[in-house]
Amino acid sequence: MSVVLKAENIRKKFYQPSEFEVLKGLNFEVNTGEFFSIVGKSGCGKSTLLYILSTMDTDYEGTLTIKGDKLTGQKQNALSAFRNEHLGFVFQFHFLLPEFSALKNVMLPALKLGKYSEEEIEHRAIEKLKLVGMDEYALKGASRLSGGQQQRVAIARALINDPAIIMGDEPTGNLDKANSMNVFEIFKRLAAENHQTIIAVTHDPDFAAGSDRIMEMEDGRILSISKAGAIPAH
Amino acid sequence: MNWKLAFNIAATHLLTKKKQSIVAMLGVTFGISMFIIMISFMTGVNQFTEDMAMDNTPHIHIYKPLEIEDKKIIALNREQKGTNWYVVQHQRPKNELSKIKNGLALMESIEAMPGVRGVAPQLSTQVFYNNGPVKIPGNVYGIDVKRQAELFDLDKKMDMGSLDELLKASDVIVMGKGLAEKMNVTLGDRVSVTTPEGGNLNLKVVGIFSFGIAAMDQTQSYATLATVQKILQKDPSYITDLNVKMNDVTKAADLRADLENRISGVKIEDWEEANQSLLAGEQIRNIMTFVVCLTLLVVAGFGIYNIMNMNIINKMKDIAILKATGFQGSDVTGIFMLQSVMIGIAGGLLGLGIGFFFSYLLSITPFPAGEFFRIDTFPVNFNPAHYLIGLFFGFLTTLFAGWFPSRKAAKIDPVAIIRG
Repeated sequence: MSVVLKAENIRKKFYQPSEFEVLKGLNFEVNTGEFFSIVGKSGCGKSTLLYILSTMDTDYEGTLTIKGDKLTGQKQNALSAFRNEHLGFVFQFHFLLPEFSALKNVMLPALKLGKYSEEEIEHRAIEKLKLVGMDEYALKGASRLSGGQQQRVAIARALINDPAIIMGDEPTGNLDKANSMNVFEIFKRLAAENHQTIIAVTHDPDFAAGSDRIMEMEDGRILSISKAGAIPAH
Repeated sequence: MNWKLAFNIAATHLLTKKKQSIVAMLGVTFGISMFIIMISFMTGVNQFTEDMAMDNTPHIHIYKPLEIEDKKIIALNREQKGTNWYVVQHQRPKNELSKIKNGLALMESIEAMPGVRGVAPQLSTQVFYNNGPVKIPGNVYGIDVKRQAELFDLDKKMDMGSLDELLKASDVIVMGKGLAEKMNVTLGDRVSVTTPEGGNLNLKVVGIFSFGIAAMDQTQSYATLATVQKILQKDPSYITDLNVKMNDVTKAADLRADLENRISGVKIEDWEEANQSLLAGEQIRNIMTFVVCLTLLVVAGFGIYNIMNMNIINKMKDIAILKATGFQGSDVTGIFMLQSVMIGIAGGLLGLGIGFFFSYLLSITPFPAGEFFRIDTFPVNFNPAHYLIGLFFGFLTTLFAGWFPSRKAAKIDPVAIIRG
């Protein structure tokens, strides 16, 4: 199995309200096609870490390499382009653009990438919506979907450019049991069938237990990285 | 940058917030329409006053000035050394004719010069109009009827009778409207005029004109050159003024300089010299118009600035999402700039339409200017250039107003928004 993401000695400090080192030198690797979850108590720095991995937060020390590209120190525009093509995001709050239909929301990152024609993109977007079981709501306005439906559309959006890595910040944190299971199943299938890497920060022990590997964090350090099921559900 | 996509997103944003977009647009619309109305009206008024004055004003006026000899008359043929010993208190001018020497020949030679539309000879004299025992002071101008009509549109200023009547009989005049009222005369009546030298003549009124300028309408009348020469008992070559009209009014000063080199013994004046107060007034009005209009546009600009700012605060989450999914800062700037510009263009075009509509209304509104002004409705100038300027400034305002909020949007840190 090849390494798709490599983090070396990642450190980050917050200066507000007072200076505080939130990440204290993290080293780890994530493999292609792996379902990797990051767990830990609130404030342990797991979300902060995820946003560094996502390339959106560039204010850190250490080195981040994804798909062999060293991303640390690159310009914002280059990082935007990289995110657009290689990374997909699913957030706790579903964050669709409320003015657009579900379909359009899914299409936007692909339109930005501009790799395919608009018809092709539409076709692909419907494929992705089918994958998350939302194809029948494609033309519905994003603001009129339920939370679970929105989250599935958001996953479809994350998938549209066939990214190497899909990152989730508590992707099921705001969903009920049934919807959580649904999202989890989709992630599981993406990792297994499409060999896309999933990196998810989660509080949900069941979600973590179902993944391939779990990284547990405490106070800005890695407590352990273990095969799933090795740590007991809290 | 993908403009089509940015346009698509910008248009969707605008259309889903219709009310807000319309309010922002109306700010521009109001600014531009006021700009159009004001500038059309102001330039219309300027044009009107200028036309009114310029119709009667020669571009170059040549006349014989009254000269005061500054050399002492008794010193003319004696050499003076050192101090001037000769003293003459309060020396008087010579009795000189105010005639332009070889006036008619001069007229023809000036008329042949390039850029000159025509030259009208004139013989002016002060007279008393005798109305029973009352003498009313005024002027009589002897004119070349055809030239005067052609160059100064005198025939179009006739209220009653016609200018051509002057050519059909002798001892006839056309009279200013105000003067005719003072004299209580109408067409066909006879008036007697007396010159300062004592000459007297009975003249028949064959026309009444009005320039719309009281000072002229109450004192002036016109007759043929021959008639006035007869009143003054002068020879047929006696003329006192040459009024030159140019094809291009701005070339008048150049021609004046040229003429000053060629002709001596006369005073040559161009219209700018003669109408400095008029021109200054016009400039001040223009400046005022532009200041007011720019203020309106700046206010509209602040309106857009505010609305775009609010818009961007409302859209923080969306901006964060766009950036998270790979949109660059410049894409975000583009999206919001496009919104601003679309507001500007739509508002601007609507403003032009409304501005045109109201200036048209104004241009057909009756204007009670009194009987002296030859005008029935408000003077309005429809100049396409003003519409282009209006659109351009509207566009510019929105560009500026949109730029700062859009830059702010581009700088939004998605992490801060998404993490909450």
